[in-house]
Amino acid sequence: MSLEVAANMGATPKAEIPADSPMVIRGMTVSYGQKPVVFSVDMTVAEGSMTAIIGPNGAGKSTLLKAALGIVQPLAGQALVFGKPLQSARHRIAYVPQRASVDWDFPTRVIDVVLMGLYRELGLLRRIRPHHIEKARACLERVGMTDFADRQIGQLSGGQQQRVFLARALAQEADLYLLDEPFAGVDAATEKAIIDVLKSLRSEGKTVVAVHHDLTTVRSYFDRVFLINTRKMAEGTVDDAFTSENLNQTYGGRLATGQIDQLELAAG
Amino acid sequence: MFWNALTLQLGYNATLVTIGATLLGIAAGVTGTFLYLRKRALVSDAISHATLPGVGIAFMLMVLLGGDGRALPGLLLGAAVSSWVGLLCVSWLTQRTRLSEDAAIGAVLSVFFGFGIVLLTVIQTMGAGRAAGLESFLLGATAGMLFNDALVIAGGGALTLVAVLILRRPMTLLAFDPEYAAARGINVGRMDLAIMALALAVTVIGLKIVGLILIVAMLIIPPVTARFWTERTDHMVMITGLCGGLAAWIGAGLSAVAPAMPTGPIIVLVSFGLFVASLLLAPNRGVLAVYLRHVRFQRRVHLRQGLLALAQGQPIYEAYTVRLLKQAGLAHADGVPTEAGRARAAKALRDEKRWELVRADQAFESAAALYDGLRDIETVLTGDQISEIDQRIGGPQGVAS
Repeated sequence: MSLEVAANMGATPKAEIPADSPMVIRGMTVSYGQKPVVFSVDMTVAEGSMTAIIGPNGAGKSTLLKAALGIVQPLAGQALVFGKPLQSARHRIAYVPQRASVDWDFPTRVIDVVLMGLYRELGLLRRIRPHHIEKARACLERVGMTDFADRQIGQLSGGQQQRVFLARALAQEADLYLLDEPFAGVDAATEKAIIDVLKSLRSEGKTVVAVHHDLTTVRSYFDRVFLINTRKMAEGTVDDAFTSENLNQTYGGRLATGQIDQLELAAG
Repeated sequence: MFWNALTLQLGYNATLVTIGATLLGIAAGVTGTFLYLRKRALVSDAISHATLPGVGIAFMLMVLLGGDGRALPGLLLGAAVSSWVGLLCVSWLTQRTRLSEDAAIGAVLSVFFGFGIVLLTVIQTMGAGRAAGLESFLLGATAGMLFNDALVIAGGGALTLVAVLILRRPMTLLAFDPEYAAARGINVGRMDLAIMALALAVTVIGLKIVGLILIVAMLIIPPVTARFWTERTDHMVMITGLCGGLAAWIGAGLSAVAPAMPTGPIIVLVSFGLFVASLLLAPNRGVLAVYLRHVRFQRRVHLRQGLLALAQGQPIYEAYTVRLLKQAGLAHADGVPTEAGRARAAKALRDEKRWELVRADQAFESAAALYDGLRDIETVLTGDQISEIDQRIGGPQGVAS
């Protein structure tokens, strides 16, 4: 299929887009070289929900998020944030990137990283005042990292680094939180700390979308799933969409029947 | 004499050079911080070498138009334009082809520099417009510096500093975490170009004093020096400015005292001296500090192991351990514990058992995370917690410190 056709496929009529949805993705296609990683994907994020983006390795989970945020340039497609173009609603999104994307020997302390979440508030020239630091500390408190505020970030464990990233996102006081594999390679204490924060965000009416790789925790952590393998495979509540049939389709033969049986799936 | 130079009492030209160089040193260091943090230090090498053709072309144009070919503002403008073209070549090659950045830098640097040398040679054979002196842009020459030249350098340096001040937050964000920066709406490509443009500005205004070959040193040595002293970006920017300014000030002073000495190279050597001193002596990241920390740690490990061996009546094979125990008055030369040694050994063994319990118990998770085999348990747990653990261990009580 030519790429022009792909672009046309994404051109769904505007009337279908629910204006109040925190994020609507239409016809998103991203390719590295000639190989599409994400192909004509539509996604509608439900307000106040926690959505897991799941799919096999290389299925375009992270790429979909990055394209929606404009971090990678999509070939076709668009993302609307709270009914507006990305540029004018960007401040309502907080993004937590993968840990690997960062230089950990950077001369910066934990508290400085969290203060980066306040850069919009600070602007280019305003000085950092005690109340900004108070705010950053409160965010560290929420992820249980107050004691580490003055450490250089490279001295933290992987899980602690992930919690600092989450604290930085909290400092932005956004309405939509997008997380790229927040539980990858973290310890049990961190996983619990992160999921507690995410659930409390949901109870405040915020929306959470996370790329997730651990199928066994989908049911207990999330209320909606989005299955992707280059194309969208399924989307909906955990009860409706997290079915063995959909998983088989998404993962191909990569999941053993035994594995699927253990997931307490809805009868699909 | 040297003091006179530093305090600007050594004549007109020396004063101009010292002030100009110091400002340049501060601007170069501060700008270089962000190049270093973005790991693009080498690009500045391409930028500086790409200035040369611009100098040549500007000279020719000004002569053709009937002006003075050596007017500094014109030459610097030419340098800026051609190094901007070189910079765009590097970023185009890296983004649009599969060439890696180091290959692109190598190609652009050598081609532009070669072209520049050809142009300078052509100009010399033209014999027009008192061409002699253009080659001073290679290594810098301060002897004939005019008041207007100093003004250009001072003004350019001040403007660069203001620009860095305005852009410091987006530049820090970009250098630390480019994906997050992009998600916050920072145009990564444009911000990268801005960092490069600042480096370019410093390069161009530094041509007169240090020349295009050595300006890289003024951009890069101060940041790597400052990195030894701090773990904060904002502090690093200030320390870099200090190192850059100090090196240039002292360097310019030295070269004023010994007029045969070239200013640029002396500044670079002073800067290098500051770097070596920091490398050795900086309190946390310095080589000496790291070594001392290691030695101290090794001592603690040996002492602890020795005490545990004493407590369990095991022989100690390492001579270093016995020597440490003897120095601390805990054992005799033959490895037999003293009275004090026996008490300390019993305590060490007891602590080891306490730690074992702490590490096995979920309730002490955060304390257990601090276990390193060396730490005194009293620094981690309260007295009540310790006696609770002792009750669980059973046996004789009250061995505590």
